[in-house]
Formats: sequence, structure tokens, C-alpha cells
Amino acid sequence: MTAVIEVDGLTRRYGSLAAVDDATFTLEGNRIHGLLGRNGAGKTTLMQLLTGQEFASSGTIRVFGQSPVENASVLQHVSFIKESQRYPEDFRPKHVLRSAPWFFENWDADFADRLVDDFRLPLNTRIKKLSRGQLSAIGVIVGLASRAPLTFFDEPYLGLDAVARQTFYDRLLEDYAEHPRTVVLSTHLIDEVANLLEHVLVIDQGRIIIDQDADTLRGSATTVVGTRAAVDAFVAGREILHRDGLGGLATVTVAGLDEKERAEASAAGLELGAVSLQQLIIRMTNVSEKEFEHSA
Amino acid sequence: MDESRPIFLQVAEQIENDIIMGALAEEDQVPSTNEFAAFHRINPATALKGVTLLVDAGILYKKRGIGMFVATGARQHILDQRRAVFEAEFVRPLIIEAAKLGISSAQLIGMIKKEEK
Repeated sequence: MTAVIEVDGLTRRYGSLAAVDDATFTLEGNRIHGLLGRNGAGKTTLMQLLTGQEFASSGTIRVFGQSPVENASVLQHVSFIKESQRYPEDFRPKHVLRSAPWFFENWDADFADRLVDDFRLPLNTRIKKLSRGQLSAIGVIVGLASRAPLTFFDEPYLGLDAVARQTFYDRLLEDYAEHPRTVVLSTHLIDEVANLLEHVLVIDQGRIIIDQDADTLRGSATTVVGTRAAVDAFVAGREILHRDGLGGLATVTVAGLDEKERAEASAAGLELGAVSLQQLIIRMTNVSEKEFEHSA
Repeated sequence: MDESRPIFLQVAEQIENDIIMGALAEEDQVPSTNEFAAFHRINPATALKGVTLLVDAGILYKKRGIGMFVATGARQHILDQRRAVFEAEFVRPLIIEAAKLGISSAQLIGMIKKEEK
């Protein structure tokens, strides 16, 4: 595996705010990466930095081994689908699809046509008359049909209904299987995309707080439920991600348990529950918020 | 898919289930990893990891350029493994819970026989 993106000590400041704060990570090629985090966490700023649309305050970025800033040899291999994409006045979807091949050498016009049918995108309507969902569909179609070696989707689904979102995920998976490439999917609909991802980056307040394989992450936390005394005894000395309780019952989320520990918990009369990727991230980002308050 | 466990393990288990139930016979070709990925809506690399697990365990084997096939003897192999797991995951907790409720072994056996009827 070769790294497509290498970031070291990357920081972007706006005045006193660090939108991206000392980020260091590597994204391997031909994988689907999830860039997850809350609104305002720094996802979009990070992608703008990676695509040369923003300038780093400090740190280095290597995309295909080079700096992306004003670098055509890097950017011609990159497709960045933004939630807030603007189009020229009076453009219609057909104009977008006609001009896309000028920028993307791997553009597949047949695939784009099929996607237009899938998303029922009207080609001759002025873009400013389109619904929010139809506008998002254009972005999704361009992002998929461009088959760029490195494709960023920044919350591409705004206004898309559940059926259209599922269509997007299905087409992405099918096409990725046929034409492997590097995809960075930024979203806060974590449960919907969890199974598509091979690697997960979670950003919170500008900092990368999780950088892990999705499989490792899954099952890296467990909820322990039982009487307060039994739960407290079991979780003593463990890393506690979250604690909740009602009356004499306690629910505690702890870092992963092995088979032996799971057996011990059952023997102690405790119930073990699954923690989804989404719940895990909600809990982790809460933890780091508390840490942040402590350090402030 | 169950959230708590790695998906590749679940993919492997589902293939094993298909072999146990006879949906996949020995020497049958199994679907490609891309077909698994599309069906389960998971990353193809994850599906591949699940299939690789079964190849390493000798349950599936690869015919170069053709695809993956179920090995001869795979069903018995899986059954043996699953029975050991059944003991650990079902029988042992059953006995622990029975003891907690003051149910003797004889009573427990009586209950099982009653359920079987």
C-alpha cells in the first residue's frame, strides 16, 4: 500500500481559532476513508487544505508525494465535491456534465448517464431552479463519474432523501469495486456509511482524535450494564468512555474487552452491549470536550 | 450486520452458515468478494478479509482465474468448530444461570426434554 496523502503537523489558524490543529496522519491509496466529526469540527477546512484551496499556517501536506498548492500535476487527479458547490449563472445540469470531461481524464459519460437516470436528474432545468436534493445529485454524479484517483465527498447528500442516499452508497461501492481509487467521505451520518469505510479519521475541534481501521474501531468499545456495585467493580481501573445510570443501575462504556473479560463480565451478572461506530464517536468526542474544558 | 463485531468475521460466519445449511455445497463456487460487498453493502476489502479468513482455515480454496470454491470436508470442519463454541457460549452460561436460580442438573435436563417435545 502506498500513501496517497501524508500530513504532518498541519495547522490552519483563523485569528486565535485553530480550525485544524496539529494534524498528522496518512491516507493509504485505493481505500474508502471516512472523515467524521461534528459540524464545525474542521472537516471542510482540512479537505480544502488537502486540495490546495486553503493555505496551511504551519505543517506539511503531501498529496501523491507533492504539495497540492497551485500544483496542476496533483490537482488534475483530484475531484472535490463540495456541499456548497456554485455553478455559473444560467448553467443547466447538461452543461455541467458536458464540461466535466475537460477536467477529468477518467470521465465515464455512460456511467454519468446511468447516474442521471438513477437520481432522476432533469438535465435541461436551470440549476438555480433545482431542488436542494437535485443540486446534491449533480455533485454526486460528477464525483462518481469523474473516477478521479483521489475523490473527496464533503457531505454530498444534503437534501437527498433516504432512497437517493442509498443509491449513492450502492453506486459508490459498485464502482469502487470495479475501479479502485482513493475516496474520502466526509459525513456526520456515521451509521449510514459505517460499513462502507475501511479507515476512519475523526476530527474534533481541529484535532484528529481517532485514526484507525474501521474493523479495529468496531468492537473497540463495549457497554457494560448491571447493578452499580457490580459495574463499578468490573470497570475499576479501565478506560471509561462514558458513564450513565438510573437508580441502582449503571451503564458504562469501556474500551474493548477480550473473550476472557467478556466471560468474566457475564459471570458477574453483567450484560454487555454493542457500541456502534456512531455511538463510539459521540462518546469519544464528548470525552475530548471534557478534556478540553479541563485544559482550558 | 451486528455492530459490535468486526464485519469481516460476520461475512465469514454467513458463508459458514450457508455451508452448514447446504445453501453452498462442497465444491460449489462461492460469490465473488465484489458480489458479497454489494449484497451486504460493505467495503470490498472487508468482504475479501472475511473470505481470506475462510481460505486460511481451509474451508474455501481458490482456483486461479476462476474464483473461490467450498473445500471438501468443509461442512464437518465447521460443525466441529461450532459445537465447541456452542458449549462455551450457550451451555456454560446456561449452567451458570441455572445455578443462580437454584435449578439442579436433573431439573435442567428435565426442562430441556420438555422443550424438545
